[in-house]
Amino acid sequence: MHSIFDVYLLEALINGVLLGGVLALLSLGLNLVFGVIDVVWICYAELIMLGMYGMYFLYAVYHLPIGLAAVICIVGIAVLGVLLHALVISPLLGAAPINQMLATGGVLFFLQSAATVLFGIEFRNLGLRLPVLKLSGMFISYSRLLAFGAALCAMVLVYLFLSRTYTGTAIRAIAQDRQIMALMGVDTRRIYLITSAVGGALAGLAATLLVLQYDVHPFVGLSFGPIIFLICVLGGLGNFVGGFVAAFVFAELISIGGLYLDLEWGYVFAFAFFILMMFVRPQGLLARRS
Amino acid sequence: MRTPLLWIAGLALVVLPFVYTSPYPLHLLIIILIWSFAYTSWSVMGRFGLVSFGHGGFMGVGAYVTALLWNRAGLTPWIGTPLALVAAGVLAILIAYPCFRYRIIGHYFALVTLALSGIVLQVITATRDWTGGSLGYTPIRYQGGSSLYALQFTGKRTWYLIALAVWAVGLYVWHRVDRSMLRYALEAISEDEDAAAAAGVHVTREKLKITVLSAVMTALAGALYCQYQMFISPDTVSGISVSLQMVFAVVLGGIYVALGPTIGAVITILLAETLRISFGTNAVGWDNVVYGVLLVLFIIFLPKGILGSLLDLRRPKGPAPVHRPQADAA
Repeated sequence: MHSIFDVYLLEALINGVLLGGVLALLSLGLNLVFGVIDVVWICYAELIMLGMYGMYFLYAVYHLPIGLAAVICIVGIAVLGVLLHALVISPLLGAAPINQMLATGGVLFFLQSAATVLFGIEFRNLGLRLPVLKLSGMFISYSRLLAFGAALCAMVLVYLFLSRTYTGTAIRAIAQDRQIMALMGVDTRRIYLITSAVGGALAGLAATLLVLQYDVHPFVGLSFGPIIFLICVLGGLGNFVGGFVAAFVFAELISIGGLYLDLEWGYVFAFAFFILMMFVRPQGLLARRS
Repeated sequence: MRTPLLWIAGLALVVLPFVYTSPYPLHLLIIILIWSFAYTSWSVMGRFGLVSFGHGGFMGVGAYVTALLWNRAGLTPWIGTPLALVAAGVLAILIAYPCFRYRIIGHYFALVTLALSGIVLQVITATRDWTGGSLGYTPIRYQGGSSLYALQFTGKRTWYLIALAVWAVGLYVWHRVDRSMLRYALEAISEDEDAAAAAGVHVTREKLKITVLSAVMTALAGALYCQYQMFISPDTVSGISVSLQMVFAVVLGGIYVALGPTIGAVITILLAETLRISFGTNAVGWDNVVYGVLLVLFIIFLPKGILGSLLDLRRPKGPAPVHRPQADAA
């Protein structure tokens, strides 16, 4: 009896790590946008939801090859990210931060209900079942492994982009001081648009990976959206390494909480842990600003 | 000059259900009044830049604690609701005190309260053996139908008067806060916490006062909603979408004026009902499409909301009123 229990625990731990990779990818895009533009995209999860619908229609309805469908989705959501910035965020750049947040909240309502109107509330999936890896009594799905691997690759790519290219350097510099960089001859508007595009592309990539594991419906964003915000805040908004660590902590909490109780309790633990950490280590969270 | 007008309007609202007894419009009015009260409760603190996404949580606590105490312990809502309000107040202190103590403000405060909304929703869903989970929960009907003891009434007129009274109390509280020292303290805090503290304002205590007041009022709205509808589900009284709905309606109506949240409730509920009636089930989602677009447009072009902007038009262009620090803060 005892050994079986341990296998379940190990399985939950491994699944937690795999989930953590995906969560880290999800929060990376949001973190990038926050760090550079200083705006929280409340509707980030809804962009992912649209990407998942895109994958569903391109692959399951129009029968495009899955790789092509994924590329179209990533580019499409990147374009949406640019539109979001140009239409909603940039008129509000001078307004109170909370107004920018509320405006993207409006976009959340809009996208969610537009999806309800256009696609209905049915749950849809790709109808694609990747095999499950059996490893000494544990079950680990290939789709999770694939998502984990792709998430890691994407994060390395983003890291290289930020550290090795001129544009990436400019992006990091703006994240540190947005007034000075304009004086140094960096076109802030262009950098903001590029950042929004990269943030959108990361949402699109996350969508192509999530749709392999989860059904898509108009409200799917609400099921993981809050988690992404909390991860970003826990890691320190705009702090990429912090977000990465926080993603794995959260994933393990959800996975192990879900093992012993229900999945909902896993979320409750994660949320409660988040609030506690905000009180225990507020200086870590506010370090970037003060 | 305004006082007699106010009394006449109030009297007209009280007399209304005795003259006009058609049930559906009365139902709409009751719903509008209950939500107006909830939105007013949010704006009591929201107008000072304390943007909370956790009020869905407080509303859920108000509704579920009242209903659970009635069904499980047989406690009348007359005792159950005050207990629910206390629970919401304690929850507010638990979350808000550390937030204010450690100066978690702006984005961070909004996101911490967002987590609170999430927690309440998930706890209600997870304890489905007690609360019915996402299927919803119904308070047990008292045998006689209408009963003062069970706070259950079959007649719409009674409910209308109750909702009207609570709504009026909500406006009165808003007015009292508007005329109090607390308001000046909170405005100073929303401009600059350090400066306010240096000027002798007890920042944490003042913020905590308004937060608890707002949370308790919101919980009362939840309890009222539960007793009127006799059905609650986690998605209608708690969670992030309800919190966002509150923020949105207030911004739409006008965050800095007393009747702004009410105007927001009237517009959003009438819009949803009109769309529902004219398009039937095809309209599912359309109301929120319109809301979403309106919300974005309002924040960009009319950040003071409908009523706020209308009042500004009437006011001669004098020195700007002092109570709008957030609108121009960078």
